[in-house]
Amino acid sequence: MSLIKEIDYGTPIRISETMVTLTIDGQSVTVPKGTSVMAAAMSLGTKIPKLCATDSLEPFGSCRLCLVEIEGRRGTPASCTTPAEAGMVVHTQNDRLATLRKGVMELYISDHPLDCLTCSANGDCELQDMAGAVGLREVRYGYDGHNHLHDVKDTSNPYFTYDPSKCIVCNRCVRACEEVQGTFALTITGRGFESRVKPGPTDFFGSECVSCGACVQACPTATLMENSVIAMGQAEHSKITTCAYCGVGCSFKAEMQGDRLVRMVPYKDGKANEGHSCVKGRFAWGYATHSDRKTKPMIRKSITDPWQEVTWEEAIGYAASEFKRIQAKYGYESVGAITSSRCTNEEVFVVQKLVRAGFGNNNVDTCARVCHSPTGYGLSTAFGTSAGTQDFKSVVKADVILVIGANPTDGHPVFASRMKKRLREGAKLIVADPRRIDLVKSAHIKADYHLPLRPGTNVALINALSHVIVTEGLLDENYVRERCDLQDFEIWARFIADPKNSPEETEQFTGVPAADVRAAARLYATGGNGAIYYGLGVTEHSQGSTMVMGMANLAMLTGNIGRDGVGVNPLRGQNNVQGSCDMGSFPHELSGYRHISDDATRNIFESLWGVKLDDEPGLRIPNMLDAAVGGNFKGIYVQGEDIAQSDPNVQHVTAGLAAMECVVIQDLFLNETAKYGHVFLPGASFLEKDGTFTNAERRINRVRQVMAPLSGKHEWQITCELAQALGYEMSYTHPSEIMDEIARLTPTFSGVSYQRLDELGSIQWPCNEKAPQGTPLMHIDRFVRGKGKFMITDYVPTEERAGPRFPLLLTTGRILSQYNVGAQTRRTENSRWHQEDVLEIHPFDAESRGIKTGDLVSVASRAGDISLHAEITDRVQPGVVYTTFHHAVTGANVITTDNSDWATNCPEYKVTAVEVRRTNHYSQWQERNNEEDKIMRRIATDHVEAAE
Amino acid sequence: MSDAHTSHTHQEQAALKLAKMAGQIESFFAHYPEEKAISSIAEHINKFWSKKMRQDFMAAYEKNQSALTDLVGKALPQIRH
Repeated sequence: MSLIKEIDYGTPIRISETMVTLTIDGQSVTVPKGTSVMAAAMSLGTKIPKLCATDSLEPFGSCRLCLVEIEGRRGTPASCTTPAEAGMVVHTQNDRLATLRKGVMELYISDHPLDCLTCSANGDCELQDMAGAVGLREVRYGYDGHNHLHDVKDTSNPYFTYDPSKCIVCNRCVRACEEVQGTFALTITGRGFESRVKPGPTDFFGSECVSCGACVQACPTATLMENSVIAMGQAEHSKITTCAYCGVGCSFKAEMQGDRLVRMVPYKDGKANEGHSCVKGRFAWGYATHSDRKTKPMIRKSITDPWQEVTWEEAIGYAASEFKRIQAKYGYESVGAITSSRCTNEEVFVVQKLVRAGFGNNNVDTCARVCHSPTGYGLSTAFGTSAGTQDFKSVVKADVILVIGANPTDGHPVFASRMKKRLREGAKLIVADPRRIDLVKSAHIKADYHLPLRPGTNVALINALSHVIVTEGLLDENYVRERCDLQDFEIWARFIADPKNSPEETEQFTGVPAADVRAAARLYATGGNGAIYYGLGVTEHSQGSTMVMGMANLAMLTGNIGRDGVGVNPLRGQNNVQGSCDMGSFPHELSGYRHISDDATRNIFESLWGVKLDDEPGLRIPNMLDAAVGGNFKGIYVQGEDIAQSDPNVQHVTAGLAAMECVVIQDLFLNETAKYGHVFLPGASFLEKDGTFTNAERRINRVRQVMAPLSGKHEWQITCELAQALGYEMSYTHPSEIMDEIARLTPTFSGVSYQRLDELGSIQWPCNEKAPQGTPLMHIDRFVRGKGKFMITDYVPTEERAGPRFPLLLTTGRILSQYNVGAQTRRTENSRWHQEDVLEIHPFDAESRGIKTGDLVSVASRAGDISLHAEITDRVQPGVVYTTFHHAVTGANVITTDNSDWATNCPEYKVTAVEVRRTNHYSQWQERNNEEDKIMRRIATDHVEAAE
Repeated sequence: MSDAHTSHTHQEQAALKLAKMAGQIESFFAHYPEEKAISSIAEHINKFWSKKMRQDFMAAYEKNQSALTDLVGKALPQIRH
C-alpha cells in the first residue's frame, strides 16, 4: 500500500467538442480546445516545471517556471496560460529554457529557508521538487540579502499554521480561497518585495477564513501546513474513503502512518466534491480517537445503576434475553429499533433485517424520520422516486437557483462552493428563508431576490410562485402535456389559479411583498434552467410533505425536471440519510421503497431470509415513544442515534425511554440517550468502518477501513451476533456479502457490488441492467412513475402560532463548525468557533425586552424552557428567534414541540411559539440534566477507583 | 390518582393524538372530490399506521364518529383493523 498521488495537470481539464492536435517534444497529442499547453504536455506524461499552477485553479502565469518555446512564436510563453492550438510545435526542454528556469529558482531560493531536513513539507514540497527538476546547484545571489526569513508564524488556527517565511507568493492559496471555496478571505498585501499573503487585517482565526483547507492543499511549500503533519510528519500510505458528516459525501484520502491518521485530504477524483472539503471533513476527525470513546460493552439493570463493563458475549446475551423476555411478556410488537444515517448501508441493512426477521415485526425507523422523510413521501408521490433528481455537478448548468429552507454554506459547504462558483459566473439566485443566510449577501454573491417568509408559511409561498406562473401564462405547456398526468394537472391548475393563492393574498401569511414574489416567479419560469435546492427548512414543518410536492409542482410546471441544470434537490443533513432510507429503514417499506404489504416483494425477502415477515407497517419513532409512554413499547435497539438530544420535545422522548425496560445503545460515546440505556455496545467510527454511504445525489461511495475497530468488532458483526442470540441465524464474513444481498433483493441496486464500485469509483442508483453505470440524472424521458403527478397543495397554517403568551416564533438550524447533535464536532477544535448555542434575536424584539448581546435569556414554549445567551442581530426578522441544537447542555429540543408533518410525522422543528425574557439562572430542566449527567453516566470501575 | 385512572387518561390522550393526525391527513386531501378524499385518507392510514394504532383509533371513534372531522369519519369503514 502506498500514498495515493493524483496527477496534477497544472491547469483545469477543459471540456470541448472541438479537439486540437499539436506536437510537444516531437510527440503528437490531441486535446479538447481550450486545454493549456501545460495540461496537454501532462497528458503525454511530460511534467513541465511549475510552481504557481495546479489544476484545481485557473492559470495565473506568475512563477515563470513553466516557460516553453513554440515554433514560429517569439519569446518563451508560459505554458499554463497558453492554450494549445492545432499544428502548434512545442519544446519543453532545451538549454535556453533550462537556464531561464534555473535563474527563476535561484531567485526563489535566495529568500527561502534552507531547512529542508527539518521542514514539515520535507518529501512533499513542490519547491524542493522544482529545485531538483531544474538542477539547481547554487544560488549566485547568496542568502544574506533582504529577505522574509524571520517573518512570524500565525498559529491562531487550530488545524493549520501559516509560516510566511516559507511563502513564495505564488498566490495559489489566495486563488483557492476565491475560486474553489469562494470565501475571498485571503489577499496579497503590499507590492513587489513586500507582497505577502494575509487573511485581512487580522490573524487566520479572527478572519473570514472558514478553514476549508483549500489554501493548505494548494500551497506548494510548508507555508500553509496541517498541524497534524507538523506534529507527526509525512504519511506513508493512504486509502480513499468517504466523509462521515453531511449528505454531500465527500471523498477523502485518509493519509496514514501505520494505523495512525495523519491527515484527511480531499480526493480530486471524488465525484461529490472533486477535491474540495470543509472544516468538518478536512480537520474535525479527532473525535474518532477522543478519550470519551467507550470501547468496552457495558450493561446495567437500572438506569440509576452505574454501568458495568462486561464481555461481548455477556452484553449481547443480556440484550437478547431482555428482548425475548419483553416480547414474551408484552407481545412481539413491544420492541423495535432505530437505524442511523451515520452508519453504512450494510450496517443499516442488517439492523432492519434483525427487526423484521429477528423481532418478527416492522418496528424499525431511522433518523430520516426527523429530517427528510417528507422528501421521500413528496418526491415519490410526484415523480415516483424517493430521492433527488440531479447530481451535484448539474448546478454548473443552472441559470436560476432557488434555495428554499437550506443554508448550504453552513450545512453543505462543499456543495455551496460549487453553487457559489456558478453564481459568480452569472446564474441568478432566489433565496426563500426567514433568516438572512450567508448566500443572501456574501463576497461576490448577492441574491437577486431574498424572500424572507415567516416560519411555517412555505406552502403559501410556493403556491404563490406557481400561481404567478400559471396566471401569467409562463408555464411550459409542451412539457406538461407530454410529461405529466393532464387530469391531475387540470385539477391542480384550477386550484392554483384561485386568487387565494396569489402573492397579494398570501402576503398576509408569508410577510413577503407580493411584487418580490411575482418577480421571483417570473425569473424562475423564464430565466433558463431552474434548479431548486432545499433542506430541512422545507421538510420540518406540519406541511413538510405538502411543500415538497409544491416544489415538484413548480418544477414540472416550468419543465425543470429531466436534464442537467434543473431539478428538485434535497440537501440531505447526514452522510447516509439517503442510504438509510434506501435500505428499508422505514417501518412501512422494504429496501428500494417497496411497501411491506406487497406480497410479491415480501415473498422475495422471505425466501432469502427463510422467515415469514409481518405484512403490517410498524411504528415510527414518535409512535414508538408514544407507545412507550403508554406502556406498550418496552425495548429498543438504537444504532448510532441520540434521540434524547436530537428529537423534539425532549422531555417526552426521555419519558418514553425511561418507561422502557431494555434500551440498547450502539454508539461511540455515552450520549444523552445512553443515560437511559441498559446495554451499551461500542460502535465504530467511520475510520474503522468498511462499507458504503449513499449521498444526497444517490451516489454510493465506498467507506474503507483505515484502522481496526477500537472495540474489536465491526458494527454489522455486533448486529448479526445480536440476531443470532435472538435465535435468528444471520452471518456474513465481509460487508461486501451484505451488499450482494442488498443487490439481490433491491431492483435499483441490482448492479451494485464492491467490485463494481472499485471499478467505477462510485455509483448513483438506480444501477441495474437498464443502467449498468448508474443514473446521474433521473426522469430524463419519463418519470419513474410514468407521468408526473401534480398534487393539490392547499396552505394549512400550522397550529403552532405566536400569541400573547408565546409571541415569538423560534426556528432552529445548524452552523458550519458544528454538526447535528455535536457528538463528533464538540469533541474537536471546531468548538473554538462555536462554544455554545446562542439565541439570535432581532434588535427590535431585544430592545422591547431589555435584552443585550451576551445576556442570559429564558426561552419558553408550551413544551418547556431553557436558558441560553442572546445575540442581537438583524439576520433574523422581527418576531423570529433562532438557535442551534449542537450542545446537549443547552437542550434546544426541550422547547420544540411534538407537532409534526401530516404525512410522515417529521417533527415541526422550524416553528415553535416562544417567549424570551432576561433571566439570571438556567432552567430547571438544565439544572436537572446537569445532575443526571453525573449520575446516569457512571461506570462502575471508575466509581470504584474514585472511591478507593 | 389511581393507576387505572392514569392509564385511562393516557388512552384518551393517545386517541386524541390519533384523531389530530387523521385530521391533518384530511386537511391535505380535503381539496379532492369527496370520494377520492375519503379513500385517500383511508389509504394513507392503512399504509402508514401500525395495526395497533388503527385498532386503537377505531376503538376510540368507531362509535363516536362525531368526534372526528367530517371526511375522517366517513373514511372509517375503509380503514383496516
